[in-house]
Amino acid sequence: MNGYSALDRFLRADPRDVGCAQAIEILHVYAELVAAGEPAEQRYPGIAVHLQACGPCGEDFDGLLAALRDETC
Amino acid sequence: MNPVADATAAAADQVDPESAEWLGALAGRGAQREAALARLHEMLLRIAHRECRRRGPRLRITGPELDDLAYQAAADALVAITRKLGQFRGESRFTTWAYKFVILEVSDKIGRHFWRNPAVPLEAEDWDRLPDRFGFEPAQEAEWRDLLAALRRAVDTELTPRQRQVFVAIVVNNVPLDALAVELGSSRGAIYKMMFDARRKLRAALAANGYMDHDTSGRS
Repeated sequence: MNGYSALDRFLRADPRDVGCAQAIEILHVYAELVAAGEPAEQRYPGIAVHLQACGPCGEDFDGLLAALRDETC
Repeated sequence: MNPVADATAAAADQVDPESAEWLGALAGRGAQREAALARLHEMLLRIAHRECRRRGPRLRITGPELDDLAYQAAADALVAITRKLGQFRGESRFTTWAYKFVILEVSDKIGRHFWRNPAVPLEAEDWDRLPDRFGFEPAQEAEWRDLLAALRRAVDTELTPRQRQVFVAIVVNNVPLDALAVELGSSRGAIYKMMFDARRKLRAALAANGYMDHDTSGRS
């Protein structure tokens, strides 16, 4: 039952989630760590949780990471 | 005395040479600053176009409209960067910090563009779409009918009117969160927090009625 799993994931509200403001504040630092292959999720677990749960912030992160990776191509 | 130049000079002492060069040129005056601004704008425009192309297939924006959006995003990002130059603390390269501004501007412009031709009005409530939103298969309706009926009851009884409005717009009507923030005169962070609290309430209600486990994520 795929729908159940999707709903289950959607309704999980992880208390470690730092919210949009903190995630955006540090997004450039987090993206550089990820681009460099550093353990960003371990250093900033609340940011990692937020980027998984928040569609718009996750999209911004993907865009920033893509921009950094394009630079090195 | 120039506070931005002073703060920028202090930050420049702690950053990599390339970032320090950017800071020095942008905090300066005359032809050197103009050249740096032109170079930065060119860079931001390239990132904005690339980001618009990346997101384009999922948007109902194409061609010249998408190009305009990229130009506006780059121009507004340049203004924001020059205004906030003193806030750069050297935690990343300057260009990464600058790219963040243009990515955020692209998001903002896309959110605003949504309401030029919205797929659904904000006040719509087509609950028949809900199963599809989560990928529930029509063929297995007997398995999920009660669960989604309980979810809908919880939306009506557990959420505040504002939380309900936000839930219906985002989940039922599929309105992008940034677009909803624009329409409600709110912010991404405020709408996300409202949804966060709504998700917690809904899960608790479903768990209390035996439809779902209690959420133990993030607890040790």
